Amino acid sequence: MSILLNKDSKIAVHGLTGSQGSFHARQCLDYGSKITAGVTPGKGGTEHLGVPVFNTAREAAEQTGANVSLIFVPPPYAADSILEAADAGMQVIICITEGIPVMDMVKVKTRLKRLNAEGKNIILVGPNCPGVITPGECKAGIMPGYIHKKGAVGIVSRSGTLTYEAVWQLTCHGMGQSTVVGIGGDPVQGMNFVDTLKLFQHDRQTKAVVMIGEIGGSAEEDAARYIKECMTKPVFSFVAGKTAPPGRRMGHAGAIVEGNAGTHASKVEALKTAGVTVVENLSEIGKAAAAKLKATLKPVKK
Amino acid sequence: MKLLEYEGKEIFEKYGLPMQKRIGVLKIGDSSEKLKFDGQGPWVIKAQVLAGGRGKAGGVKIANTADTARELAQKMIGMQLITHQTQGRALTVEEVLVEEASDIGREIYLSVVLDRKEGAPVVIASAEGGMSIEELAKTRPELIVKTPVDPNCGLLDFQARELAFNLKIPAGIFHEFTELAKSLVKLFIEQDANLVEINPLAITRTGKLVVIDSKIVTDDNALFRHKELTSKPDHEASEIEKEAKTIGINYIGLDGDIGCMVNGAGLAMATLDTVKLAGGNAANFLDVGGGATVEQITKAFQIILKDAKVKAILINIFGGIMKCDNIAVGVVEASKKVKIGVPLVVRLEGTNVERGREILSTSGIKIEQANSLWEAAQKAVKAAAGN
Repeated sequence: MSILLNKDSKIAVHGLTGSQGSFHARQCLDYGSKITAGVTPGKGGTEHLGVPVFNTAREAAEQTGANVSLIFVPPPYAADSILEAADAGMQVIICITEGIPVMDMVKVKTRLKRLNAEGKNIILVGPNCPGVITPGECKAGIMPGYIHKKGAVGIVSRSGTLTYEAVWQLTCHGMGQSTVVGIGGDPVQGMNFVDTLKLFQHDRQTKAVVMIGEIGGSAEEDAARYIKECMTKPVFSFVAGKTAPPGRRMGHAGAIVEGNAGTHASKVEALKTAGVTVVENLSEIGKAAAAKLKATLKPVKK
Repeated sequence: MKLLEYEGKEIFEKYGLPMQKRIGVLKIGDSSEKLKFDGQGPWVIKAQVLAGGRGKAGGVKIANTADTARELAQKMIGMQLITHQTQGRALTVEEVLVEEASDIGREIYLSVVLDRKEGAPVVIASAEGGMSIEELAKTRPELIVKTPVDPNCGLLDFQARELAFNLKIPAGIFHEFTELAKSLVKLFIEQDANLVEINPLAITRTGKLVVIDSKIVTDDNALFRHKELTSKPDHEASEIEKEAKTIGINYIGLDGDIGCMVNGAGLAMATLDTVKLAGGNAANFLDVGGGATVEQITKAFQIILKDAKVKAILINIFGGIMKCDNIAVGVVEASKKVKIGVPLVVRLEGTNVERGREILSTSGIKIEQANSLWEAAQKAVKAAAGN
């Protein structure tokens, strides 16, 4: 087992015919992911990369059985694509797009909450994220596939390249991954650390978790509370932004220390108190995890 | 983007918020004769800077006559202001606002912010205003009232009433207050703000409601639907930062001497942290983006080298989709185009890394390579110290 994606996941790519969508969909197909549909309004009935294109997400879901949406639509229209995917019954919606207005995400979040309260179980990942990969089974995102190896460590992160760095270190230390989830760097997003940790905690394939946080917001503090109260699997963490000046947005819209909120110190302290192994030097996260897990996990080949 | 007080007040005006008459704004090089006074005064002269605590630092003055107001405004222009919020740095006052002064009886705090956890706006208010919300949270947390907002409905009538009762708004201006609170939330949503703050909102001795100060932070991602904001200068960004932005590079200037070029915001932040851990200080945050093409790397070099403090450059790139050999070619080509003149440390990792390292080492360009971020940071710190 794994979380969010497996070998049977059927992906509809929104914006398949655009340059970003085309490029990354090709990479996902090469990895072995099942992309069953593209969604581009006005291009329904055509074919792109050997994949049928539909005008609407509903047609994509009904006619190809797609249950995962992967969104590459430009920022002004991306929030609408998320809502369209939700309405079409997609179970997992992964939005890669960077630069969506916060207010659009506020409205998306409000509607998703209502749909989920009505009994739907829609999971949104992102936006402004690298996507999700279950190594060896399915890649829905922009991460380089080859750095991953199937295994037992779950990874969740707010950043793209920082995730690749952690994945690569684990792979080099012989530790494969169950699923790697990039939850994104925006202030208002879909699933957060706690949502992801819950899935990892209940996933039989996952034996340990690496969580990569950063300054801004309180998601790491919330995660620490959950870990302390509910998690039995070991968690390793790195929090980026210790030296970031307060009040400045460090690349990600959500990476900002506002007043006394969202500081590196508060996050690290909360995580340590919850029993998480927090490394201060990013270069050591693989080594730290290996030192603790080698005895229990079967090593995988790099 | 953070707006100056008068820029915020221009937006407040569109939403009908009650304010004192603004006489005008004086900029560097303007003659104070530009200010056309009418009315009795007194007037207030306020430094337009993006930091709280102006009053204590000498950035707010009262004048009883038009002549004094002109004189004070002229003096304030170009003044260096250090407040408790500027982290010891001086801000140059480039613009000054002159407006009618208020006879303040009571001060209230009122703001709309984004509640990240709920993913929705929330109104934050306190019956005691005038100090920052952080101070309020420390000194009188029991007075802070939070009202969650449904973005599709705005602030509802009963919520506005509840807020007014909580803040003990007098009957005479009760309705005016609830309308103000609703308008402020409407503004937050319509203008794509990340923060709107009135601190203080005053009740004058004659019982009138007056907005004294404004603070608005807008969402850069929403600029495409607020064309009127795109022409406004970003007062917070330095000249290099503005230039970087126009060529699509995410750059933030810092105090150290090691220039950094990284792909991805998270990895860029982690690189600054690692440099610090190795005993050095980064000169900047720079995310060169996912592409890391020759063109982008060339631009990034040019931006980094505009900072005269830079004594060494550290490049940390994780080659994923963009392979290391291509990135190495980019670094080599860019190094030929730009006269670098400081030691260059490069750490490449990811796809085709061996090939990438070989390209760098056989390029004939003096590049120190590192196998890990930690090693790269140590080498960069050493290089900067010896330069």
